[in-house]
Amino acid sequence: MTVSLFITCYNDTLFPETGKAVVKVLERLGHDVEFRWAQSCCGQMHYNTGYQREALPLMRNFLRVFEDAELICVPSSSCVAMIRDHYPKMALATGDADCIQQVDAVLKKTFEFTELLIDKFGQTDVGAFYPHTVTLHPSCHSLRSLHIGDKPARLLREVRGLTLLELPDATQCCGFGGTFAVKNADVSAAMLSDKIRCVLDTGAEICAAVDNSCLMHMGGALSRQRGGVKCVHLAEILASTAADGESA
Amino acid sequence: MSVRVGQAAKAPAFPEAASKLVRDTQLRHNVRHATNVIRTKRERVVSELADWEELREAGHAIKEHTLRYLDFYLQQFEENCSKAGGQVHWARDADEANQAIVELIKNHRGSEVIKVKTMTSDETSLNAALEAAGITPFETDLADLIVQLGDDKPSHIVVPALHRNRMEIRQLFAEKMKLGDLGERPEDLAAAARQYLRDRFLRVDIGITGANFAIAETGSVGVVESEGNGRMCVTLPSVLICLVGIEKIVPRFSDLEVFLQVLPRSATGERMNPYNSIWTGVTPGDGPQEFHVVLLDNGRTNVLADAESRETLDCIRCGACLNACPVYQQTGGHAYGSVYAGPIGAILTPQLQSMEHSQSLPYASSLCGACYEVCPVKINIPEILIHLRGKAVEQGYGPWVERTAMQVAAMVLGDGTRLAAGQKLGRLGQKFFEKQGQLSHLPGMLGRWTDFRDLNAIPEESFRDWWQRQPDRETHE
Repeated sequence: MTVSLFITCYNDTLFPETGKAVVKVLERLGHDVEFRWAQSCCGQMHYNTGYQREALPLMRNFLRVFEDAELICVPSSSCVAMIRDHYPKMALATGDADCIQQVDAVLKKTFEFTELLIDKFGQTDVGAFYPHTVTLHPSCHSLRSLHIGDKPARLLREVRGLTLLELPDATQCCGFGGTFAVKNADVSAAMLSDKIRCVLDTGAEICAAVDNSCLMHMGGALSRQRGGVKCVHLAEILASTAADGESA
Repeated sequence: MSVRVGQAAKAPAFPEAASKLVRDTQLRHNVRHATNVIRTKRERVVSELADWEELREAGHAIKEHTLRYLDFYLQQFEENCSKAGGQVHWARDADEANQAIVELIKNHRGSEVIKVKTMTSDETSLNAALEAAGITPFETDLADLIVQLGDDKPSHIVVPALHRNRMEIRQLFAEKMKLGDLGERPEDLAAAARQYLRDRFLRVDIGITGANFAIAETGSVGVVESEGNGRMCVTLPSVLICLVGIEKIVPRFSDLEVFLQVLPRSATGERMNPYNSIWTGVTPGDGPQEFHVVLLDNGRTNVLADAESRETLDCIRCGACLNACPVYQQTGGHAYGSVYAGPIGAILTPQLQSMEHSQSLPYASSLCGACYEVCPVKINIPEILIHLRGKAVEQGYGPWVERTAMQVAAMVLGDGTRLAAGQKLGRLGQKFFEKQGQLSHLPGMLGRWTDFRDLNAIPEESFRDWWQRQPDRETHE
């Protein structure tokens, strides 16, 4: 089966390494990967900020692009949550039977990256080597919308050389929340400082997650504070092999 | 008709209020400590129940059914309450409710009332109305007493004085009750409150209470509590007045089987409330000889009219969403400017009163979903927050900078080619701000990001450009 990568707009723009890592892991596992140029954004930022009218064309573009894809892999749980939780409702509101049907079809083949590896491919050991101490931030959408549970942790535990350190108060939100981070900057910063304290308390070198949005938020604070901890998307960890040496 | 939720229409917007409160280190400490204690207890007693998820489903189903047939159940309640000797009054808004209550008290030439367990009376600003009519209200719930003595506002729907710690309360009691040598142990404070309140319980002959439930099938009213002060209020006076929001109706007595399991566990982390008082009408020679129920709308039928968000009225006021909310944990309840704080307040207040006065509340959430996860009647608060954000934008409350940015973003994100062009522009634009791969000072709205955090710069090559550069890879349309 060919896996079609929905890289998501912000990964495409800000975190290309995550996309490359997803491609690398999937190809290493023997899958064909394709990328459809016309893809762009799922519409989450608009939808969640109240600009639901503006989100609709973005959903329609997504449906057009991926209508005939076999499998869609998304390395961002919040974008998957947008698609799963809101597209059906948006489609219903259009009253367009084709659109409703398209959403229904696309939902069945859309997977968050770790869901794809574990639920679809039954794979937890992807042959990775990553000689670092890592703590895992379970992002809110992965936890409470997708209910992916311990899938990311199970994948990390199979990585050779990796020591997984438990994050205190792990399920607390990092305070990103999309436009929340600027609309309620003070509260967001307060939440972030709690999260950063927990990350630093683990003593890990690396903080991982399945969402670069949370990592961008936490990484931004760690960079500002010269915190000495790097934020890395889980896919990039799974992509590393002994052959990469220290390039990770 | 004018719907009013306390002073919420005059409250500052959430971000401004929160900005001040997050700087109050004592408050932060108090709120963090108290919410952590309740959350831990809640988790323990909830995990004991194997059928917790079924109970949540059942609670949700009962509430949804009731709301669908609310007109029927309200009339059934009135009929059965009247049959048992109670008197039912209907109030369209806060003023009507307050007037009805003031009139009832005046009919009895009362000049003092004892009150307990009625957040709804804070919604209607009843105390102010009573005082204006020359009637002195005494709050008898310990936390409400602390709030009243401190001329403060409640910050939590179950634990209204959660923002205060023991030493602050000792100070307040010592001063207001003139007890210079008051000790600081919880027992000392409880004894002082008991002494202070006992006198009122024995003296005042009119009681005002809220309700956790109003049971249609029997016309009964129920209040659950921990202190027994509620029990005093509903049994000692000869006149009892209950202020009840119309969403407090449950159809059958047996429905309490569900709610009396989920409510105490969610609210205070107890398996059962120490005091569960349920009474029906008037019993000659025993308890209040006159019983009034004031049924309050005050915007609730507006909430009912919106199918997308009406489940807001399912709320049983347990406060679990407040304790679970990472936003509430940082700010406490006062930031919400309303008697209803936290996630439930953020969706209830704007729906009760107009969006005009509460447009910032639906945005007071990172949409992390912790509220929905703990809600004992499964109110999908994040969904409703998003729905209300949509309404706020639709009604033109989005700031113009944001509206413009969103429209530009929607255009750029319209398809892959435009996104690629946008990426190039972004790379050019950031040249003025970039330092070692990070942006640390950005102008305008983005400055609120860089006030606290760096932003990683847009790398030289996007993923799509990298993909296209690969000789062996084919790019699909």
